[in-house]
Amino acid sequence: MSASKSKRFDLDEADAERLLREAREHKGISLWQDASRRLRRNRPSWYALVFLIGFGLLSFLAPLLPLRSPVRSNLDITLSAPTLDGGDSNYLATLDPQADSTTITREIEKDYWELSGMDHGLISLRRGIFGSWQTGHWLGTDHLGRDLLSRIVWGSRTSILVSLAAALCSLLIGVFYGSFSGLAGGRIDNLMMRIVDILYSIPFIFVVIFLITLIGDHRQVLEEEWGLDREKVFYLVIGAVYWLTMARVVRGQVLSLKHTEFVQAARVMGASTLHILGRHIVPNVLSVVIVYLTLTIPAVMLFEAFLSFLGLGVEPPRVSWGLIAVDGTSAINPLRIHWWVVVFPALAMGSTLLALNVLGDGLRDALDPKMRGKE
Amino acid sequence: MSQPLLKVQDLTKHFPVGPRTIFGKPEQFLRAVDGVSFQIEKGGSLGLVGESGCGKSTCARTIVGLHPATSGSVRYEGVELTSLSRREWLPYRRKIQMIFQDPYASLDPRQTVAQILNEPLKLFGLGRPRERRLRVLALLEAVGLNPRHVQRYPHEFSGGQRQRIGIARALAGEPDLIVCDEPVSALDVSIQAQIVNLLSELRERFDLAYLFIAHDLAVVRHLCERIAVMYLGRLVEEAPRDELFKNPAHPYTKALLSAVPYPDPEVERTRERIVLGGDVPSPLTPPSGCPFHPRCHQVGDVSGDRCSREVPALVHEGQRSRACHLD
Repeated sequence: MSASKSKRFDLDEADAERLLREAREHKGISLWQDASRRLRRNRPSWYALVFLIGFGLLSFLAPLLPLRSPVRSNLDITLSAPTLDGGDSNYLATLDPQADSTTITREIEKDYWELSGMDHGLISLRRGIFGSWQTGHWLGTDHLGRDLLSRIVWGSRTSILVSLAAALCSLLIGVFYGSFSGLAGGRIDNLMMRIVDILYSIPFIFVVIFLITLIGDHRQVLEEEWGLDREKVFYLVIGAVYWLTMARVVRGQVLSLKHTEFVQAARVMGASTLHILGRHIVPNVLSVVIVYLTLTIPAVMLFEAFLSFLGLGVEPPRVSWGLIAVDGTSAINPLRIHWWVVVFPALAMGSTLLALNVLGDGLRDALDPKMRGKE
Repeated sequence: MSQPLLKVQDLTKHFPVGPRTIFGKPEQFLRAVDGVSFQIEKGGSLGLVGESGCGKSTCARTIVGLHPATSGSVRYEGVELTSLSRREWLPYRRKIQMIFQDPYASLDPRQTVAQILNEPLKLFGLGRPRERRLRVLALLEAVGLNPRHVQRYPHEFSGGQRQRIGIARALAGEPDLIVCDEPVSALDVSIQAQIVNLLSELRERFDLAYLFIAHDLAVVRHLCERIAVMYLGRLVEEAPRDELFKNPAHPYTKALLSAVPYPDPEVERTRERIVLGGDVPSPLTPPSGCPFHPRCHQVGDVSGDRCSREVPALVHEGQRSRACHLD
């Protein structure tokens, strides 16, 4: 019976080949393509995206740039104003040209904190390109004579790392937790969401302060036994907080998607819950997730800066925007206003946050299916 | 005697509603479907009609397993479906498929037509990738769409075209029975006719049986051999199409038929209409006895007592059956 039945759909092979070829020419416009087209038409969002990509590249390639050291202080030039004077040579020039690479590496290490293998590679590439030339103090120096431009660029790395950690947590924990909760429904959903509520009700600033002080007392033990330092605690806390809202947002979306007819159609076809989750639910919540991420990231950056400002976040010699701002405020006095130590870090941070918010706004418009086909 | 393709017996679906007691037991039940029985032969078609909220859609969804049945049985070629687990149900999934009401909600907006039609083939484990690609194209052709559009997304199609894609998806596994849940009521009238014609064409070609849910009697009349009328979760009458239209036996069917406008103003003006008073009672607290008796225009003094006390059983008389105490 089945043999004769399957005949009902038989197509000519040659016919089918031709149709498949034609189908490839008639490729449809996916919602993603449509959204990116609309995003490009939205000028502010497009510029924000370009700005953010540029900034991201800048901070990633920081070791490649001929910047001064972000940590080497020079007490002769404390709080010098921004100047466009040309750069000069650094200690690399005074090194013996024949010096072996380990000597050079040791010298470089003094200028930074722990660097990854990739960063070392970038630095040696920098020596190849720029030699020993480095920029002038284009954005001035701080109260220890450290170059502000370099500190801002290197500080952005911390901000970006923190926001990536939070984004990853949101994505992995939040999306999975939220969609499972929404899909399971009933008591499981109730229980899972109450857990979120409980976590939400904890004042996390206090938790961070508590944890950091706790760690302060037992730092040695923790570092040796668990490999936990302040920074890792910081990431843990951020990870613990920032998936909560994402889980709620995703759950809400899943609740409405779960009853749509295309999900029911999949169930009538005998699809498993996992299949429905992966094939139908997650691709459909993704647009909301992306928009939400672009709005979470600035909040995390701000949180990091805030904690560092309070002295609870990143520790020197590492640099972060919050730390730069602290140094800046301590340098301000009513008699001599060293404006550059505050204005430039604030500008860097403000423009990044603004760009992220504008991008999030534009993405929300671009990905909204109701806006499809409109300008 | 051979098995009917689908045999539904005393199918009941109650939804718990309202606050629960402290023991977690719901206080109230919404009796969406309350003891419905019918059967569909191979290649046959049954139209299920009734006003909104009478439980037609719930009935269809329970049959395909979207809702677990509260009680009763659904047998496909003699196999009891309601007690099967998801895994045990899989072999029958491709045999019973469903077409949904809203063509804008029934297709995943993030998938191309090719992906949408490939999904059932994959789930049913039919064919290798190459064969599946061919099948997808053949399916599109079968429902009257241009196979060239296989890489497009649902938002690039009109409502009628989307419904055709939905039909193609239901056809993918070569089903024996398609449950159509108001497949045309969300479409324009002109498109409705096209889709109805397509459905009757496909039925001839693929030897399909339909369970066709609708509230539009004209559509059902065109497509179905037998018609069942539902009121408040129960079947009140079931009969071959022509007999039902010519000679409705249940007072509710009579009222329903008299509400169909006649396309001739002269006749329409003089036609006698039965206008039912009141609203459909709540399925939370259905009336005692015959669910229709508070609105029945034929309920008499003699029989009134019985109508409000006893639930009339569905009595078979030859080809047709009805549930009414009146003669």
